Amino acid sequence: MSGFSALVARDIRLAFRAGGEAFTLVVFFVMIAVVAPFAIGPDKVLLARLAPGLVWIAALLSMLLGLDRLFRADAEDGSLLLLRHAGLPLEAVVAAKLIAHWLVTALPLIVATPLLAVLLSMDPAMWGATVLSLACGTPALVAFGAIGAAVTVGLPRGGVLAAVLIAPLSIPVVIFGVGAIAGQQAGSALLLLLALSLVTCAVSPFAAALALRTGEE
Amino acid sequence: MSLDSTAKKPNWFSRLAHPGEFLRWSGPWILPLSLLTALLFAIGLWLAFFVSPGETENVGTTLRIIYMHVPNAWLSQFVYGVMAVAALGTLVWRHPLADVANKAAAPLGAAFTALALFTGALWGRPTWGTFWEWDGRMTSTLVLLLIYLGIIALWRAFDDQLRAGRIAAIVTLVGAVNIPIVKFSVDWWQTLHQGSSVLVTGGPRMAPTILWSLAVMMLAFTLLFLVLHIVSIRTEILRRRATSLARQAAMGADA
Amino acid sequence: MSASNAQPSPALHVNGLALARGGRRLVSGIDLLLAPGNVVFLRGPNGAGKTSLLLALAGVLRPESGTIRMVGGDDGEPAERRVHLLLPQSGMKARLTVRENLDFWRALNGPTGLASEAALERVGLGGLGAIEAGHLSTGQLKRLGLARLLVSHRAIWLLDEPQSALDAEGEALVGALIGAHVAAGGAAVVTTHHDIAITPPAAVLTLTLGATR
Repeated sequence: MSGFSALVARDIRLAFRAGGEAFTLVVFFVMIAVVAPFAIGPDKVLLARLAPGLVWIAALLSMLLGLDRLFRADAEDGSLLLLRHAGLPLEAVVAAKLIAHWLVTALPLIVATPLLAVLLSMDPAMWGATVLSLACGTPALVAFGAIGAAVTVGLPRGGVLAAVLIAPLSIPVVIFGVGAIAGQQAGSALLLLLALSLVTCAVSPFAAALALRTGEE
Repeated sequence: MSLDSTAKKPNWFSRLAHPGEFLRWSGPWILPLSLLTALLFAIGLWLAFFVSPGETENVGTTLRIIYMHVPNAWLSQFVYGVMAVAALGTLVWRHPLADVANKAAAPLGAAFTALALFTGALWGRPTWGTFWEWDGRMTSTLVLLLIYLGIIALWRAFDDQLRAGRIAAIVTLVGAVNIPIVKFSVDWWQTLHQGSSVLVTGGPRMAPTILWSLAVMMLAFTLLFLVLHIVSIRTEILRRRATSLARQAAMGADA
Repeated sequence: MSASNAQPSPALHVNGLALARGGRRLVSGIDLLLAPGNVVFLRGPNGAGKTSLLLALAGVLRPESGTIRMVGGDDGEPAERRVHLLLPQSGMKARLTVRENLDFWRALNGPTGLASEAALERVGLGGLGAIEAGHLSTGQLKRLGLARLLVSHRAIWLLDEPQSALDAEGEALVGALIGAHVAAGGAAVVTTHHDIAITPPAAVLTLTLGATR
């Protein structure tokens, strides 16, 4: 097993053993769809209209909540220092952790989306587009999240600060993500979303690795 | 491959910008620059109130507020540009003053951005009927304010200000790269939702008197930023000195 | 351990090194030549900068001035991959088994040393492979950290208090492992509060860092 896949496998294994944290995030995700009608009112037509936006807000908040997991555990038990001396460049280490993080946090959200769609009375014709939009957009959220997590890894309560730093940057992802679900521009929105995800995923390992290194000096 | 760091001989730029040197040569400049700023403001405000027309067709009766709004909007972006250059200075050249410059500029940038939003709201109210519209430009400015506030929060979260400087530099540059993306996406979002009324600052078709008055006010505000920035950098340098003196005093008492 | 003899081992040249942490100068004027076969003990009181010096040698801490150069050896590999860093924190994950932890590091750092099971035997953890690392004692975790050094071969070992939390038998193990490592052409820098007996005996230098206020 190559070093890269060993790292991905380790992170996934840890996520499932460490008290089911990934599961908690999915519960949070669904909970937003449960709380929303209490705030907005059970008007089905209104909920259906707001559904794409609400799903994306739920996804964004869940990802922001989860991004602290990326580096904090490794920083606290000393493995991060050792990972810097791994057989892989630190950028590859970060990329592997990004992949594992997406699989563990974003993928369950995507799978849980139909549940939200039902709760929010989303038009069934939009379900497929919603899942696709989340699949194409969550990598960008993970990529931004990695930069935020890397920048705040040494700080106590760094998770909140990371979320504050990342939220403005995530606005384009939300804009294109929601735009890709319905409307005339859905096609171009999806392409823009995909482009954004590809670019951020390509750049994020380098920015995050730089932040991890300079943070230690 | 080497893990080496060698001490370099300081060139003229490094000597000039060394914190101690900076304190020495910047001091005498503050008073003249402040006077010049005050003068420019006096001229600009006179032009704004007595020379410029009170309204034009495409802008409406609150025209004079643009002499506050446009310079602040320009500064909100200019200051971020200064911060981005300072960030490069920290990361690429490890310039000793660069992270101080970055830290000093952030609150100023946030203040100018907030003022731009405030004056923009005042300006738009007669046209929109409300204090806020999700107009493309205003929205982008709001996001910029959030980015500034995040950077300020980042500085405050670190005990070790040297580490904070390098991290803040990375965040500043990441923000700089993303701001055009945010702008583009907000404009795209605007067109999608048949955007509400757009703030028009006018173009080349504006009357010459307006353009001149605007130019003077822009210059005045830019100088204001320069003066405030220099003072803020000096304060930060002194603050760091005080901290390290306090630390040494504690260690001395411990021995 | 024939693989290690096939590649020439690098040496560390340190010149005029000065380190600062949190704005405070820790050490200055350090000159050191770590050649293959050498062991360097870093001695000194707490806070003297031993760990910081080790981290600087590992390329983690940026020195205030001076140079650290790695000379010789396989020039294709970056410096980080030619050192093993061992810190008091084991870096092992509590919810993974001993074997899973070790296999992970073996895969990540390259399977160029002992097999996982052989390494566990060597450090006295044989047969504990299926136990979660969180159930190990501090001493056992220390041994697991040493096993990590054995499964991937790297020329230079940077060890921070490797014998802490170990009993006399454990300390002898550390001495034997370092001895075998340098006998095969490796080198080691060890921070410690008292000398460790290296078996078989090797060329030992002691660098004492003083805490000057």
